[in-house]
Amino acid sequence: MAYYEEDDLQRFSEIAKHRPDLFEKFMSWYQACQEEGALSRREKALIGLAVAHALQCPYCIDAFSQSCLEAGSNMEQMTEAIHMASAIRGGAALIHGLQAHHSVEKVSM
Amino acid sequence: MSTGLPVLQPGLNGWPRSAADFGETLRAHGMELQAATVDTLQVNVGKLCNQACKHCHVDASPSRTEIMTRETAAAVIDAVRRWRIPIVDITGGAPELNASFRHLVQEARAAGARVIVRHNLTVMLEAGQEGLPEFFRDHAVEIASSLPYFLEERTDAQRGHGVFQKSLIALRRLNSVGYGKTGSGLTLDLVYNPVGAFLPPAQASIEADFKRELMNRYGLVFNHLYTITNMPIKRFLDYLHRSGNEERYMRKLVEAFNPATVDGLMCRNLVSVDWTGRLYDCDFNQMLELGVDPELPQTISDFDPKKFVRRRIMTRSHCFGCTAGAGSSCGGAVSVSSF
Repeated sequence: MAYYEEDDLQRFSEIAKHRPDLFEKFMSWYQACQEEGALSRREKALIGLAVAHALQCPYCIDAFSQSCLEAGSNMEQMTEAIHMASAIRGGAALIHGLQAHHSVEKVSM
Repeated sequence: MSTGLPVLQPGLNGWPRSAADFGETLRAHGMELQAATVDTLQVNVGKLCNQACKHCHVDASPSRTEIMTRETAAAVIDAVRRWRIPIVDITGGAPELNASFRHLVQEARAAGARVIVRHNLTVMLEAGQEGLPEFFRDHAVEIASSLPYFLEERTDAQRGHGVFQKSLIALRRLNSVGYGKTGSGLTLDLVYNPVGAFLPPAQASIEADFKRELMNRYGLVFNHLYTITNMPIKRFLDYLHRSGNEERYMRKLVEAFNPATVDGLMCRNLVSVDWTGRLYDCDFNQMLELGVDPELPQTISDFDPKKFVRRRIMTRSHCFGCTAGAGSSCGGAVSVSSF
């Protein structure tokens, strides 16, 4: 068995086998978040795609890639969203370089 | 491994496999699909086309030989005149390649019908099509043209190499005779369909993108953009098979069934006629050779709209393509309600 199975995305609701009340609450919240609001469906789908890449979740990447297409985004826009996530993730790693500086300074003469 | 849905039934005679029965789905929602009236005669004049698009539900191409004869076109014109049909919607293939095309347009207009032509744009550049924009203008033809995207890469991926640039030339010519321009009274609508196994975006949203991008990038204008869902039959179904997307796409269509679309489905207001004169409930049924209710007249020569009002519409699993999400028709999305 591979750790990630493509069909598992369609089986998500099986999580509700235990504590269905919690899954129901999650789904209600999850779906409400994606409705058109102050942000458009398209903007929300691009945020979802960016976060999916930052989390490196294959299920979310698959789902939000399709959501982006169905919300009218093209590959240029989707790629910019992915770069945003990656750049922020890269920056978040890089800023920790100062922690290393501090540690080195602390033990250096 | 269970997917949570019933096992898919193998498709028959080119129909897609489906996890659900369309008729049963309607009944589960307390609905049935019945015609309302016949205000449109959609005339498919044949499968000959100058393009061979990857998603084409007609399997049209330059090598197809099925084409409406002058005699059948005459029978169509007789029906339009006799029954005063309000709208004649001409499609193909590329209908302009039919030798009877201009005669059909002229006679339908003379009979007082609105005429819509499903014009693929690039055919305008073919030999023998000189003066086509002026012909359209002089007969106040309403034009509906496929342009899957405002970027070359995606359009050519679906419609063939070089199609996007030719389409721009054709759109420029149509604009130059007044099509799509405010106050001209000449309608130029574009048709978007997804370049792949996914549903179209909200019509108003993608129309705004097309208007902005076609103006900013190429200085082009049009009236409306209609979104159409790719129908899981013929060439697009072959693509779904080959790419391993059939099960997923059909599940998506079934899960996105939106009962609010049913009242606005195009089959409720039109009758479709093929190149031989046979009658169908829509152009998709025509390609699947699924004729109108066997108890009704089967050919254009025997057509009587009174018998077709409130008729039972023939359905199969591909019909989920017209009821998914905001719905789909030759006039675009059929519902603005959320789904």
